[in-house]
Amino acid sequence: MTMLATETATLSTPKAVSPAMRTLRQVMRNPAVIAGGSLIALVTLIGLAAPLLASADPTEINPVFRLKAPSGEHWLGTDLFGRDIYARVVYGARISLVIGITVATLSLAVGLTIGLVAGYIRWLDEIVMRIMDGLMAIPGILLAIALIALSGASLTTVIVAITIPDIPRVVRLVRAVVLTIREEPYVEAAIASGTRLPWILIRHVLPNTVAPLIVQGTFIAASAILVEAILSFLGAGIPPEVPTWGNIMAEGRVFFQIAPWIIFFPGLFLAFTVLAINVLGDGLRDTLDPRIAKRL
Amino acid sequence: MFAFIARRTLAVIPVLGVVAVFVFLLLRLSPGDPAAILAGETARPEDIERIRAALGLDKPIWTQFVTWLGALLQGDLGISIHSRVPVATLIAQRLEPTLALASTTIVASVLIAVPLGVIAAWQHGSWIDRGVMVLSVLGFSVPVFVVGYLLIYGFAMQLQWLPVQGYAPIGKGLWPFAERLILPTATLSFIYVALIARITRASVLEVLAEDYVRTAHAKGLPEHRVLLRHALRNAAVPIVTVIGIGVALLISGVVVTESVYNLPGLGRLTVDAVLARDYPTIQGLILVFSGAYVFLNLLIDIAYTAFDPRIRY
Repeated sequence: MTMLATETATLSTPKAVSPAMRTLRQVMRNPAVIAGGSLIALVTLIGLAAPLLASADPTEINPVFRLKAPSGEHWLGTDLFGRDIYARVVYGARISLVIGITVATLSLAVGLTIGLVAGYIRWLDEIVMRIMDGLMAIPGILLAIALIALSGASLTTVIVAITIPDIPRVVRLVRAVVLTIREEPYVEAAIASGTRLPWILIRHVLPNTVAPLIVQGTFIAASAILVEAILSFLGAGIPPEVPTWGNIMAEGRVFFQIAPWIIFFPGLFLAFTVLAINVLGDGLRDTLDPRIAKRL
Repeated sequence: MFAFIARRTLAVIPVLGVVAVFVFLLLRLSPGDPAAILAGETARPEDIERIRAALGLDKPIWTQFVTWLGALLQGDLGISIHSRVPVATLIAQRLEPTLALASTTIVASVLIAVPLGVIAAWQHGSWIDRGVMVLSVLGFSVPVFVVGYLLIYGFAMQLQWLPVQGYAPIGKGLWPFAERLILPTATLSFIYVALIARITRASVLEVLAEDYVRTAHAKGLPEHRVLLRHALRNAAVPIVTVIGIGVALLISGVVVTESVYNLPGLGRLTVDAVLARDYPTIQGLILVFSGAYVFLNLLIDIAYTAFDPRIRY
């Protein structure tokens, strides 16, 4: 039967497009993907071109121009030290993007590995899932705060601290996929024909996790950017001299009533970026994972 | 049913066990000397040695864990480095604002979000439905503190209807208490409403496609009866689940909201403890928050049997 199926498939390939290409086209046509994707491209461009876009040095202190409202010279106003908010916000885009991308990649990689192994090795599954349940019971922000408080604030510790609480969610997702796939006839056939476990995982199970993981990855990136901003805002994140959106807003807290722009402009950029990623994620979910799309 | 409740309650033990082990190891496995971390940055060498001896940090890690867990089970969360007060006392003192904020938020969010979600599903494709969907995406994108400052700017600074910041205990009269809680509740509810409305809409929408809903319509039941009795009741389980899962979101929101509005609750205590590197207090707060989360979800799981008598374990 398999032979027959391959035969028809080979026969029809010259005309038809491969399933992967067809999905890709579908994804690229989804309006949410287009809208979210182009907005993210815009933010990325702003981050990359920060030195060109910024009219002033983001760290330059200028006491004469402290707490100035937005004007022709300082588009988005200045902070307590007279630093240009616009320049700081533009540079802040870099940190947020780095955080979003690295946290998503790291948590997907680690979660995928643990999930694949746990889903396939029965005795390990029980232990791993209990540990994941426990980790998930600790509110993510608190866990991140504790990790940063212990190991000191730096970009690396912040990334690790945001990644760890996200791992259990990925593990659960991957494990759920593994548990359904391992019952599929083609996996049974592979086992019967003597395929070894690592090869089954790579050849048969792994491809099935790609779509849900891409969707999950975008949502993790969005929440990572939010969490970094919250941590910095609370004073428990990246060192305050680094211009990140959360840090700029943290400096504006005390002066909110006289200089609300210090909080509003970075907040606007932050919300805009996270919104773009969430919209992209929704679009990807609708096209890649219609089963979940129906439920949500 | 009692067998289910007993089994579900017992299942909490391993989860809390993992949380305890994790919180314990967090300090022990961190780079640096735990005694030095616990003593604080201003400690002298003899202080560090005293702490090492008092907590048995020179003993094997298993003995340390048993001692620590034993104390924990008796409600002893250690002593704050910063204020030299037992952590349990510190937490008890700061409980009221957090409980007030969390409970008003849960009640307000459910009262707003469930009707919104039901109406959106019922009027599927209408402007109300689109509005709810936009709101739910916004809720996950606009950071809590930005919402907070927007509300302060609008209602406290421009309109001057409500106070900017602060807290009045309920003992000082109902209005001063309520007045200072309105903006924080509205802030924290924003994300929670988005979450609950989205799930309510999705699950009611799914139920509305069922045959028994068509039957209910066919036999001429009024619209509101179909929606409430047939649709909402059958959609209740996912909605209640997400209210429970959302408590995790609520906890991180509490930390931020209390900082924005200067409420002297557990959230502020967390931030102060982090800034002062008051490690025992951070540990205690993680344990209390995680415990609250686990027990709330236990209660919700038990409540399922009331919502959906078909559920039998």
